[in-house]
Amino acid sequence: MSESPPILALKDVRKAFGAVRALQDVSLELWGGEIHALAGENGAGKSTLVKTLAGVHRPDEGQVLLDGRPVEFHGPGDAQHAGVAVIYQEPTLFPDLSVAENIFMGRQPRSRFGRIDRRVLRAETAKLFVRLGVALDPDRPARGLSIADQQIVEIAKAISRDARVLIMDEPTAALSGNEVARLFTVARTLRDQGCALLFISHRLEEIFDLCRRVTTLRDGRYISTELLDGLTADDLVQRMVGRELDTLYPKQETTIGETVLKVSRLTREGVFTDVSFEVRSGEIVALAGLVGAGRSEVARAIFGIDRYDAGTVEVGTVRLAGGSPTTAMSAGLALVPEDRRQQGLVMEGSIERNIGLTQLRSLRRGPVISRKIERDRAADWAIRLQLKYARLSDAVGVLSGGNQQKVVLAKWLSTEPSVLIIDEPTRGIDVGTKSEVHRLLSELAGQGLAVLMISSDLPEVLGMADRVLVMHEGRLTAEIPRDQATEETVMAAATGQTRQEAA
Amino acid sequence: MAPEAPAKVPAVRPRVEGPGPLHRFVRWDVIVTALLIVVFLGGAFGTSDFATSDNLSFALDDLSEIALIALPMTLLVVAAEVDLSVASVLGLCSALFGALWDAGWAIEMIVPFLLVVGVVAGLINGLLVTRLGLPSLAVTIGTMTLYRGLAYVVLGTKAVAEFPQNYADLATKTVPGTPIPYPFALFILLAVVTAIVLHATGLGRALFAIGAQEEAAFFAGIRVKRIKLLLFVVSGIVAAFAGAVYTLRYGSARADNGLGLELAVIASVLLGGVDFDGGKGTLGGVVAGVLLIGLLRNLLMLRDVATEIQSIVTGLLLIVSVLTPRIAALVRQTRRHHRGTTPAASS
Repeated sequence: MSESPPILALKDVRKAFGAVRALQDVSLELWGGEIHALAGENGAGKSTLVKTLAGVHRPDEGQVLLDGRPVEFHGPGDAQHAGVAVIYQEPTLFPDLSVAENIFMGRQPRSRFGRIDRRVLRAETAKLFVRLGVALDPDRPARGLSIADQQIVEIAKAISRDARVLIMDEPTAALSGNEVARLFTVARTLRDQGCALLFISHRLEEIFDLCRRVTTLRDGRYISTELLDGLTADDLVQRMVGRELDTLYPKQETTIGETVLKVSRLTREGVFTDVSFEVRSGEIVALAGLVGAGRSEVARAIFGIDRYDAGTVEVGTVRLAGGSPTTAMSAGLALVPEDRRQQGLVMEGSIERNIGLTQLRSLRRGPVISRKIERDRAADWAIRLQLKYARLSDAVGVLSGGNQQKVVLAKWLSTEPSVLIIDEPTRGIDVGTKSEVHRLLSELAGQGLAVLMISSDLPEVLGMADRVLVMHEGRLTAEIPRDQATEETVMAAATGQTRQEAA
Repeated sequence: MAPEAPAKVPAVRPRVEGPGPLHRFVRWDVIVTALLIVVFLGGAFGTSDFATSDNLSFALDDLSEIALIALPMTLLVVAAEVDLSVASVLGLCSALFGALWDAGWAIEMIVPFLLVVGVVAGLINGLLVTRLGLPSLAVTIGTMTLYRGLAYVVLGTKAVAEFPQNYADLATKTVPGTPIPYPFALFILLAVVTAIVLHATGLGRALFAIGAQEEAAFFAGIRVKRIKLLLFVVSGIVAAFAGAVYTLRYGSARADNGLGLELAVIASVLLGGVDFDGGKGTLGGVVAGVLLIGLLRNLLMLRDVATEIQSIVTGLLLIVSVLTPRIAALVRQTRRHHRGTTPAASS
């Protein structure tokens, strides 16, 4: 592979936005027939790099090289033309058009009289799917496709345009295990067909699984490019963070107290059935399972977002009426939801107002809200959670994912809950912040908080939980104590291979 | 964790583009206030009868209903809802006013009764929106027609006049020693209350959150449905009260009173800088918007401009007020795009 130059390369690229130096002297080489990983924390410059490759940004200094020759992309169109395609985390397809129409949007094969030739369209699409080794119906509308399938459609679109470089920007963040496996198969197929691939993921095990070499960025600076073979996850983290992470899962030993949350025979027809468990003070209980097993739905029902058909939820001695987040909150429940952007935060609202939103009553002095209390409380939490921000009056939308999650946590912890339900605590968060969140959860449990943690991240489940509950197809299939929880036992229960007695 | 994370130095990322002092002055409500002053001065120098105490009192009195109804409308639009039935509630209450007066009721009985009618009208709107989850735009277009129809059922096409002078005075006379008519004085009082509610209470915070991201507000324990229902009821009450004011002010109860008034109300709210998509706006801006609409109407009237032209002007203002912030946002976005993305997006 080394006789010919790399298909696409960056050489000593610098890019600044105002005073922010997003990229400094960064080089990268993407070779045909190789999957290259790009590693770095949030804010390390990964997105800027991707956008430079994709022609969205032009470097202030340095060069973009295509087949060894310097090129200038004047826009995403130029890059596409040169065979560079980017697959984003959440593709945007036209929902009402068919899969085939989406792929050939704007370049539909024509029959005589200029009409779209549906037969050719379908055949071409089918051919693409064969090449990728996936089974998708070209005729079905894009609406209702899973994110994984949408990505496949995007990849097919890229291939149909003869893309030689495929950049995948955190494609796996919202995928389940099987979907990730299929995506990887497709990626390997393309690699074997001579494409150059750039893969970005926060999940280190995926990088090790899929890629041959890795380039690491930190704070906009190029750190290293090396073969993954012979590297350990700790090495990689160390390069990304620039220091040793104390321990990835700083689990504190805690004294476990009385039952705080008691869920009995909770049932929502067609969604989950007969779910019973308890969470005690000081305990972190993980709720594991595959995506779609009904975990988030149970959390929503407990917190009163959705109604349930049968069963009870008790917090301390209070039995919740159900269907009201307000009463759940006053009983001491808090829910950090899965979808930060829609459910966790008011994105255009300021940091302080987002934090204050859960305790509007206690911010009052007389009938009106005290700006001082509001700001002081937000500032306290910002310091306590090491929030990185410019002003408390800034919209939370400008924060990075990890810092947004901290705002959500601040918003809920300031209600002084006795039970914290946290749904995917570290999804889409960089390694450093991830470990901060873990430490915080551990600390909170140490102070007597009962934590129910839903997570699809197995190492997180195993590292954090005192007990692991596993759901499969709407039912609790296992309760595994910490010392018996392994990837094998949890996955077996999650896929329905064992059926232990649920507590 | 993160020993290097500078917790005490929060300004980790210098902002590429912050709301500098200049940005703060080009806020929409400030622009509208400036425009208001320009129109006022233009009117004062260009039209001889404009800047007289009598005319201004008349202009304010003429604005009473629009101004009053604009207050709850602001709360609704901030919460990303709208009530198009307000003018019909006003008409229905005006018709009821006439019919009940004809039937020998005392004004002291009629007004409380109208307020109850306002509550019921608001409850119907609110329940349809919150219980059935229908969009308020559609619901209140429906009830707009329904309530207006009921007004005709109550009073037909006849007009009832000759109400007691002391009540007519309340609707038209000015507060002694000021050029401010009583209804407008009430508006000022209620505007202060509304401003406090919107900008300084938990309810106000909740309204902005609902308008910007309803799901997140619900997840934060805010009783979204209850609050929306309350807003529609308040809107109904104020519209009903405005019906009484209107009737007494013109001394005439008719089923078609206040026809089309909802558009002037919404125009002044949007002109005041409240985002029709919810989540943004200030009450100060709305007061400026209301006054601007009022002054323009008055000026056009003084210059004998035909009512058709007046409605064209209202329509244009409505479009301009919706369009301008969007264009401004678009310009800002493209400019940002040229400079690169916002700092946080460059991860």
